[in-house]
Amino acid sequence: MSFHPNDVQRRGQVAAVFFVVVFAVLLGAFFRTQVLQYAQYELQSEENRLREVPLPAPRGTIYDRNGVVIAENLPGYSVSLLSPGTDSLRAALRRLAAAIPLSPEQQDLAIRRFRRAPNRPAVILSDATFEQVSVLEERRPEFPGLIIQASPKRHYPDGVAVSAFMGYVGEITEAELTQPAFKGYKAGQQVGKAGLERQYESRLHGREGMRFVEVDARGRVVREAGARPELAAEPSEPLYTNVDIALQRELVRLFGDSLIGGAIAIDPASGEVLAMHSAPTFDPNRFVGGIPAEYWRQLNTDPRRPLFNKVIQGRYPPASTWKLATSALAMEHGLATLDTRMPVPCTGGFQYGNRYFRCWEKQGHGNVTLAQAIAVSCDVYFYQLGLKLGLSRLIAGGVQLKFREKTGIDLPDEQASRFPYAIDYYNKRYGARGWSNAVVLNLSIGQGENDQTVVNMARFYAALATGGQAPRPEIVRRNPERSVVMSLTAAQLDGLRRAMAGVVSAGGTAASARIADVTLAGKTGTAQNAQDPKNDHAWFVGFAPMEEPKIVVAVMLEFGGHGYRAARIASKVIESYLKRPTTVLPRQEAE
Amino acid sequence: MKGRTGLADTPLIALALLLSAFGVVIVYSAGQTDLPVTYVAGAWKRQAAWLVVALGAAWIATRASVRLLEWLAWPAYLLGLALLALTLVIGTGAGTAATMKGWITIGGVRVGQPSELAKITTALMLARTLGAFREPPRSLLELWKPALVTFAPFALVMLQPDLGSALVFVGVFFGMLFWSGVPWPMLLLLASPGVSLVLAFSTGLWGAWFLLFLALVFWYRPYVVEGVALVLANVAMGVVAPILWDRLAPYQQRRLLVFLDPSRDPRASGYHVIQSQVAIGSGGWTGKGFTEGTQKRLAFLPAQHTDFIFSVVGEELGFLGVSFALALFLALFLRITRVAQRANDPFSSLVAFGLGSAFFVHVLVNIGMTLNLMPITGIPLPFFSYGGSFMLACWLAIGVVARVSAEGRGRAGALTA
Repeated sequence: MSFHPNDVQRRGQVAAVFFVVVFAVLLGAFFRTQVLQYAQYELQSEENRLREVPLPAPRGTIYDRNGVVIAENLPGYSVSLLSPGTDSLRAALRRLAAAIPLSPEQQDLAIRRFRRAPNRPAVILSDATFEQVSVLEERRPEFPGLIIQASPKRHYPDGVAVSAFMGYVGEITEAELTQPAFKGYKAGQQVGKAGLERQYESRLHGREGMRFVEVDARGRVVREAGARPELAAEPSEPLYTNVDIALQRELVRLFGDSLIGGAIAIDPASGEVLAMHSAPTFDPNRFVGGIPAEYWRQLNTDPRRPLFNKVIQGRYPPASTWKLATSALAMEHGLATLDTRMPVPCTGGFQYGNRYFRCWEKQGHGNVTLAQAIAVSCDVYFYQLGLKLGLSRLIAGGVQLKFREKTGIDLPDEQASRFPYAIDYYNKRYGARGWSNAVVLNLSIGQGENDQTVVNMARFYAALATGGQAPRPEIVRRNPERSVVMSLTAAQLDGLRRAMAGVVSAGGTAASARIADVTLAGKTGTAQNAQDPKNDHAWFVGFAPMEEPKIVVAVMLEFGGHGYRAARIASKVIESYLKRPTTVLPRQEAE
Repeated sequence: MKGRTGLADTPLIALALLLSAFGVVIVYSAGQTDLPVTYVAGAWKRQAAWLVVALGAAWIATRASVRLLEWLAWPAYLLGLALLALTLVIGTGAGTAATMKGWITIGGVRVGQPSELAKITTALMLARTLGAFREPPRSLLELWKPALVTFAPFALVMLQPDLGSALVFVGVFFGMLFWSGVPWPMLLLLASPGVSLVLAFSTGLWGAWFLLFLALVFWYRPYVVEGVALVLANVAMGVVAPILWDRLAPYQQRRLLVFLDPSRDPRASGYHVIQSQVAIGSGGWTGKGFTEGTQKRLAFLPAQHTDFIFSVVGEELGFLGVSFALALFLALFLRITRVAQRANDPFSSLVAFGLGSAFFVHVLVNIGMTLNLMPITGIPLPFFSYGGSFMLACWLAIGVVARVSAEGRGRAGALTA
């Protein structure tokens, strides 16, 4: 072969050019990767090494009207695991279960949480005890992806006493995550599930912060802090309610353990909700950090329905408490004054067509005026008054008095009360010939096609207590909203109030509920119901002082018997509110 | 020699020393991770110790005259083959290539990879064979001897199986054919079945290549028999390729496929390439700082002290560090080429260029791999990748080249054909 120096020289040059070209190409490739595509690879490298650990924001504190804390946050700990994949998470959970008690359900839940958000630490225990945390801290090297995070936990100092309006918090569900209302929420976060916690979720939630931990290729935490500056959580503003926690406690105490029902106390002028209770109820503190399955089952199988709010969701025949509506409508139309008597005196019943309608008092009330009829709750009087009004005016008046509306109280899941919208309602429901004018008799004494929530009855009586204006009940302080629902003169309203005062005085249906030195006005109701013909629902709605009402209370006891039982609770609540030593400062000063 | 009997080619030795020092420093950095202490942390000390041993071996190599090497070529070559054959019987795997049989292990201690030695002995043997040619070959058939010399170790290494090392033999073969004066159309024709094999996976590409190849055949006009044989060989490769494909081990198939499309399997083989690219790319102009590479520290970078050590250079020292390292390698190759140009005789010249070719294939395939320009073959980077026997082999080669340089220095033009 040719190894002539010239040939070797030429080949050497070719080889040198070849080497230089190849290295230029290599250098160009590195230039493209390191200089031109730097930003992209830099980002990938950061994503590789950093994991976001959410810093939960403390939920807003909730105060009563005097500045007493009724919902707060206690220091707590959450335990979570960072993991590169499901399999290694499963293995880590098995090892973790050897150190702290961890049920298979909890492990499955953690894996489900991980699958929803694989780049976030999967929460294992959202409310770990101090003992669990110290065990894990001691053995931390065994659990490389372990993250122990201070995590404020919700606490209600009054527990069961506030549950009816407070609701509870819990981990956001998969279904909720897809709802527009929870846009921007992430799996594992705590959200309000009911009551105020849910109604004011957006205000109570605060903004979650974020810290970054550095992990290696296997997801082990290498550096806890300093990898990147953390974003602090933003706590939310506190929430100021109109609730008077002392009154609330008294109301709950009066219900005790045995009574079933609902009660609400509002300020008739502003609609401020002073107290509200639904019995029996639940302990909202037990929902924090995951409700025990046994407790949840118990709440759901209890026939008394503790999770069902009997103030805003329960609908009951208003019975005699509704006679004030009949009265007010008759007076509005000029058909009666408080002194008007009916043609047929009460003899314990009333013949209408081929049917005989009883009065609750078998002996009969005799010939009574409207004022007296209210005091003794004479059914026969109101049958005739209803007939005088006629069905269409009775229905139209009921609609105008908002008996088929929600009150607009600031709680989720309020139910609208039931009341016919027009005569057409009966045609649609029973057919044109399927009903008779006798329905007007039932309607006029608060039975029949008429089911009211407790809160709606309170709103109606607040209108009676003031100038005929129904306020919107407000738990959280907002701008009060009132609407005129009846147009009676001051004298007419005053007369009605006096008649109601007669209910709670000698000879009235709730004479035993009198309060010394204060004139209490109200009306009892004893509602027949389909579920239990023997035990009626007991109602009382009333206010005091009669002359210048400061508080309206509506009490309904399921299967509570006669209305005077409800009246006793209402009168004690009112007495407690009006006769309280005035040492408690108003909210503004307390702040 | 200006009165000096010195055997040192100062620029050559200086470049190799600089690269080795650079390498040890990067092996040190590769051991600086956030993981619980691993044996990689102390690797740089062992690497430094091996470097000293390797320098000693290189010095001994410079004491051996080129004539002695020429005389030794046959026995050395046969010893190399024998060791490769032995490896197939008693060989063991190691590290990331645990399923291969590449290592000779005695008493549980891995002594070395015979393929590293075989690269040198094959280069010597090829130099002897090609150096004996009086005329440039006029037909491909005349190249049967060098082809056989290359094929024997190539086949033994493929059986391990170690595709990367096998490719080095092919690279050395073609490099030395070029240096011995085989015309480039012949080299191309010789390589054409291989090209057909690689392109067989895409019918369109293969078709284009085949037309080009036919044009070359008609233009260069080899012997009719050879021309027909080559055409048949190229066609066969298009057909044989799928069959060969089926015979590749699954991991080999995967590696080749991942080379073609790294996003195919981002969690397994492709993961390594992607993480290497992320490491290099996130280095930017000046890098994240010595020992500070997060991809390396947090173990996202695989085999950071062996196969992917150049990614550490890219991540921590940036484009500037990469440029410096590449410049050192380029300078080394240019220097070795110069040594080959100035060698006394064809054998010496071919030995120098053959060893240079081996270095070149290593550097090109390894560095290309870190950027996904080459398939992942597990081929180490000379002077950088951690490993004793490889460091030894590299410096032995440098020693031989230095001896060639010493004997040929100042006697330019003394070559005879």
